[in-house]
Amino acid sequence: MKILVCISSVPDTTAKINFSADNKEFITAGVTFILNPYDEIALSKAVDLALENNGTVTVITVGDSTTEPVIRKALAIGANDAVRVNAQPHDSFFVAKQIADYVSKNPFDIILCGRESSDYNGSSMPVMLAEMLNIPCMLFAKSLTISGSSATLDCEIEGGKEVISTPFPFVAGASEGMAEWKIPNMRGIMSARTKPLIVVEPVSVTQHVKLVSYDKPLPRSSVKMISVDEAGKLFELIREEKKII
Amino acid sequence: MSVLVYIENTEGKFKKSAFEIISFAASIASKINLPLVAVSIGKVSPDELQKASQYGVTKILNCDVDLNTSLNPQSNATIIAQAAKKENSKIIVMTAGFSGKNIAPRVAVKLDAGLAENVIELPVMDGSFKVKKGAFSGKAFCYIEMTSDIKVISMLTNSYKVIPSPVQAQIESFTATRNEKDFTSKIIESKRSTNKISLPDAELVVSAGRGMKGPENWGMIEELANVLGAATACSKPVSDSGWRPHSEHVGQTGIAISPNLYIAIGISGAIQHLAGVSSSKVIVVINKDPEAPFFKAADYGIIGDAFEIVPELVKAAKAFKASQN
Repeated sequence: MKILVCISSVPDTTAKINFSADNKEFITAGVTFILNPYDEIALSKAVDLALENNGTVTVITVGDSTTEPVIRKALAIGANDAVRVNAQPHDSFFVAKQIADYVSKNPFDIILCGRESSDYNGSSMPVMLAEMLNIPCMLFAKSLTISGSSATLDCEIEGGKEVISTPFPFVAGASEGMAEWKIPNMRGIMSARTKPLIVVEPVSVTQHVKLVSYDKPLPRSSVKMISVDEAGKLFELIREEKKII
Repeated sequence: MSVLVYIENTEGKFKKSAFEIISFAASIASKINLPLVAVSIGKVSPDELQKASQYGVTKILNCDVDLNTSLNPQSNATIIAQAAKKENSKIIVMTAGFSGKNIAPRVAVKLDAGLAENVIELPVMDGSFKVKKGAFSGKAFCYIEMTSDIKVISMLTNSYKVIPSPVQAQIESFTATRNEKDFTSKIIESKRSTNKISLPDAELVVSAGRGMKGPENWGMIEELANVLGAATACSKPVSDSGWRPHSEHVGQTGIAISPNLYIAIGISGAIQHLAGVSSSKVIVVINKDPEAPFFKAADYGIIGDAFEIVPELVKAAKAFKASQN
């Protein structure tokens, strides 16, 4: 069983996000980059599946050499090898094309991703990748079980849950609950240094969208404190002042 | 040329989010002077379909497939892409919910179109075409310029008003050619709770954190949510401890929500939690710690014990609801 996990490196969840004075650049100085938390769930699941089914886990990322610490972390968690497509991941279509190109030359049984990345939150890369490969994608998968060469997944839908069965190959987006986060042990960290990491050059892609600038939410006007005795008036107050209920 | 909007039904009925997305699409269409066409997939009665005309749809393509087929995102993407080709649609709009997120990227790939997801405002159309969307899990926004001939846009729920604009709509039966690859995966079971409000769609959300001390104390949270007609949510430590399901976890690694009213009870307001709820229009924070960072991000704050305040709020909510009727 060959499993591919698509990973991205994102600002640490506790990072403060700042932009240049003209709002055109995200300032990365002083920001720690981590393995996208949802991708980490996908990777943990992949490592479990590979152990149970005598399989292998490859991680792939699109990014420059600054993403290598995150790739090594993924290898420390338990991936067998890694591929880095040497390009800036400027939009999800671009990233999906790079991975689709790699997968068309190196087929996998299962492709796992996080359900979204915590930087641009689009959730579109996994679905685009599946469309390019003409295979199913279950984007909001909460559980994944394998039997032979097919899988059953519990997926989140509006107001409920769906159980989906699919043959290999397929793409799934990992949600919380699919696996426990794994903490790399010393042996994992040591062996990660020598596991294979190959670098491939990108294929060219027509760009359809361009990020032009950033903005920050306006700070809320100062908080209005209500005493405990007046708590019962909360809803009247919100109706009068905010007109939303 | 046209603007195409995909309107999703739940067991044959359109929810408010459907009228919201139609209103959004109608505003785009009128700005660039194109007709607005809707595509509906699944069994929906002519009366229900006509409701779309109340918000500016002039033509409805009715793709009357069975329920199980209508839940398949691959088949739906094929239908929508073919509808877009037939109507020569330059802009295709849908809701960025669980199902829209499984569909929109496929439509974009099929039509060689640009995709902007989770859009929160009307696009700027001044020769260029720019959209605004959330970034960094609610900590910022970004503006995306779309340069492709065809554009696919998914809008975040609760980002636009429902605007009545009644017109006459013609309903046209529509069939798309699908291929067996669209049906590789099978839905074995589909469970929707009809009485529960789904969290991403909810206009009102009552959320609680570790301050509730244990899962056995959630009765009052659920009661408050019930009285208000709100969805329930929780913080990460709560879902991590198994007090509540992961599907209720809002925050950076959970669900990002944008309700009209978010009431946070016993949640201190870690930066990761704030990221997931900062798009809420009004935030109420109840916490016994006056130093809780959440108060800085709130519109209203009450310092005190949740176990005293929540029952008071339940009473107040009942009276408030009664006064509205």
